[in-house]
Amino acid sequence: MSELLQQIINGISMGSIYALIALGYTMVYGILRFINFAHGDVFMVGAFVGYFVAPIVAPVVGGSGLAAAVLVMMISMLACALLGVTIEKLAYRPLRSRPKLTALITAIGVSLFLEYGGQLVFGPDPKPFPALIPSTMIVNSKFLVLSSNSLVVIGTALLLMVLLRHIIFRTRMGTAMRAVSYDHRAASLMGINIDSVISFTFALGSGLAAAAAILYASVYPSINPLMGLFPGLKAFVAAVLGGIGNLYGAVIGGMIIGLLETLVTGYISPIYRDAISFAVLILILLFRPAGILGRHETEKV
Amino acid sequence: MRRLMPWLISVVALVAIGFWAGCGGGSTSNDILIGEYSAMTGTTATFGQSTHRGLMMAVDEINAAGGVLGRNIRLLTEDTQSKPEEAATAVTKLISRDGVKAVIGEVSSSRSLAAAPICQANGIPMVSNASTNPEVTKKGDYIFRVCYIDPFQGEVMARFVYNTLGLRKVAILKDIKNDYSIGLAQYFEETFLKLGGQVVATQAYSEGDIDFKAQLTALKGAEPEAVIVPGYYTEAALIVKQARELNMTIPIVGGDGWDSAKLVEIGGESMNNTYFSTAYTADDPDSVVQNFVSKYTTRYSEKPDAFAALGYDAGLILFDAIKRAGGVEGAKIRDALAATRDFRGVTGTITIDRDRNARKPIVIIAVVDGRMTYKETIQP
Repeated sequence: MSELLQQIINGISMGSIYALIALGYTMVYGILRFINFAHGDVFMVGAFVGYFVAPIVAPVVGGSGLAAAVLVMMISMLACALLGVTIEKLAYRPLRSRPKLTALITAIGVSLFLEYGGQLVFGPDPKPFPALIPSTMIVNSKFLVLSSNSLVVIGTALLLMVLLRHIIFRTRMGTAMRAVSYDHRAASLMGINIDSVISFTFALGSGLAAAAAILYASVYPSINPLMGLFPGLKAFVAAVLGGIGNLYGAVIGGMIIGLLETLVTGYISPIYRDAISFAVLILILLFRPAGILGRHETEKV
Repeated sequence: MRRLMPWLISVVALVAIGFWAGCGGGSTSNDILIGEYSAMTGTTATFGQSTHRGLMMAVDEINAAGGVLGRNIRLLTEDTQSKPEEAATAVTKLISRDGVKAVIGEVSSSRSLAAAPICQANGIPMVSNASTNPEVTKKGDYIFRVCYIDPFQGEVMARFVYNTLGLRKVAILKDIKNDYSIGLAQYFEETFLKLGGQVVATQAYSEGDIDFKAQLTALKGAEPEAVIVPGYYTEAALIVKQARELNMTIPIVGGDGWDSAKLVEIGGESMNNTYFSTAYTADDPDSVVQNFVSKYTTRYSEKPDAFAALGYDAGLILFDAIKRAGGVEGAKIRDALAATRDFRGVTGTITIDRDRNARKPIVIIAVVDGRMTYKETIQP
C-alpha cells in the first residue's frame, strides 16, 4: 500500500497530459459539433517540431534550461496552431455545410495523411527527444519519489488550463466562441465572424496539443510518427467521459483516465489497462450518454 | 466518344499495370529470387533496417563475385511494420505471388512464428536472422536460424547476474504480448532459481507502451537488487529512464533485443549500470569482424550493430547452402542448410544443429558513461 501515493502522482501527471489533449477535442466539438480525429496527429507534429527546434534554440538562449524549454514550447505551439488553422481551412471549411459524417471521414483522412506523411518525412523509426530541463529529485523518501519532471508537467498543464479559462471567459474572442457554440446563426446575425472564431478555436486547440506533446515527449523521450494515435484516442475517451463540449469535463475526464490506467497497471495487470478505460467509456455512454458534466441535448426533429 | 474515353483509359491502364507486374520490374528471369520480410517501420524498425542493410551487402557481394550457380541473386523485400499479422501477409505474398525460392526473416520471434507455418506448408526454406525463441524452428524442417536460442541466452544472463554481478534478488519486467520476451524471462528465471537466486517480483507491459512508472513503482516495493527487462530497445530505454526517475539506481539487465544505437540515444546517461547479451560487437578485434565493420561503415557511414551482422550472416549461410545444393528446389536447399558445419560468419563460427538452430558464442555488453562497451564473450 506504501506505493499508492506514488501511483497517484504518476496517474495525475499522465492525466494532465490527457486533459490538455482532450481540451482540443472538446473545444472543436463545442463549436462545430464534430470530432477532429486528426487532433492526435497534430499532437505528434508538435513533438517533432520540438525535436527539430530544440537543438537550434538551445545555443541561442545559452544551453538547456527553463528559457530554452519555454521557447521550444512556444515555437511548437505556434507551429501547430498554424497547422490546425490550415487543416481547418483546407479540409473542413469546404465541407461545413455538408453532413457531419463527411467531415468526420475527412478528419480520419487528414489523420492518416499526417501519420504516413510523417513516416515519409521524419522516418518511421523512433527518435530520441532532447532533455529540455534536466530532471532533479525533489522529494526522495521510501514512500514517494517526486522528480522535477512530473511537477513541471502538472504545473505547466495547470497554468495552460487557467490561461485557457481566462481566454474563454474573460476576452472578446472567448465570448464570441461561447456565442458560436450556443447558436451559430444567432451569433452570425449579431455580427460575429464565424470563420475567424472557428480558426481561432482550431489554433487554440492545436496549440494546447503541441504543449501537451512537448510535456509528453520530455517525460517519454521517444517520438515517432504514430505516437499520436493512442494518446489521441485516450484523450477522446476522456473528453467523452467528462462530457464532450465541456471544458471542465475534459480536464476531469483526463484525470480519471490517467489515474485509472495507472492504478489498473499497478494493482491489476497492464493487459486490462486499455480494456478498462474503454469499458468505462461504454458504461458512461450507457448510463449517462452526455458524460459526467455534459448536459443532455434533445434532438430537434 | 466522350463516354468511351474513361473506359478506354482504364482498360489501357489495367493492361499496362498487368504487363508491368508480369515482368516483375523487367529484370532477367534467370535470377534466383529470395524473399525478405523485415520490420522496415514500426517499433522495432532499427532491427529490420539493420538486418536489411546487412543482407543487401551480402547480396551485392555475392552478385559481384559472379552470383550463385552462375545466376544472380535478386532480393524482394516486404515490410512487416513490426506486426505479426503483417508478417504472415508479407510471406504469403512473397511465396505465392513472387515465387521466391527461399525466405529470410524475421528478427522478432512473434513475427517469425506467424510466418514459419506458411513457409513450411509451401516447402520454402526460411532462415530467421535473429529470432531466438526455441518455438520458431519447431514449426517444421524447412525453418532454420542463424542466431542462438533463448534457453542459452537466458542461462548466460542468469549466470552473469548471479556470478559476475553477484546479485541474488531480482525483479522481472517482461513484454506480455511478445513470445521472445516471455520465453527469455522464463529461461532466465529457471537458471537463476537453480543457481540459488530469488525472483522477488514480476510485472508485465506490452509492446508500444511508453509509461512504465506504475509497474516500476510496484517492483520497487519488492526491493530487488536488479531488474531484468527481456524486451526491445524502445521500451527498454524508456523503462530504464523512468526507473532512474523513480530513484532505482540498481543494475538493469536485458537481452539482444536491446542492441540498437537508439538505446543510448533515447536513454542517455540513465543507461549507465545496464548490461545486455547480444550476438556480436563491432569492438571485436577479430579480422573477419573488422573486415565486415570497415566494409559496412564505408557503405552506410554508420557502425553495424548485431542485427546488421546477423542479416549479413543469414544471407551468406543461405547462399552457401544454395551453392552446395546445386539447385533451387526447396528440399535440396533445406538439406544443404541442415548440413551447415563450422561456417565462419561475422557473428562467430556457426554450426546448424539437429533442431535447425545455430550453435555459436554470445557477447555481453555493458553501458558505461552512456556508451556501449564490450564486456566478455561466452562460448556455447
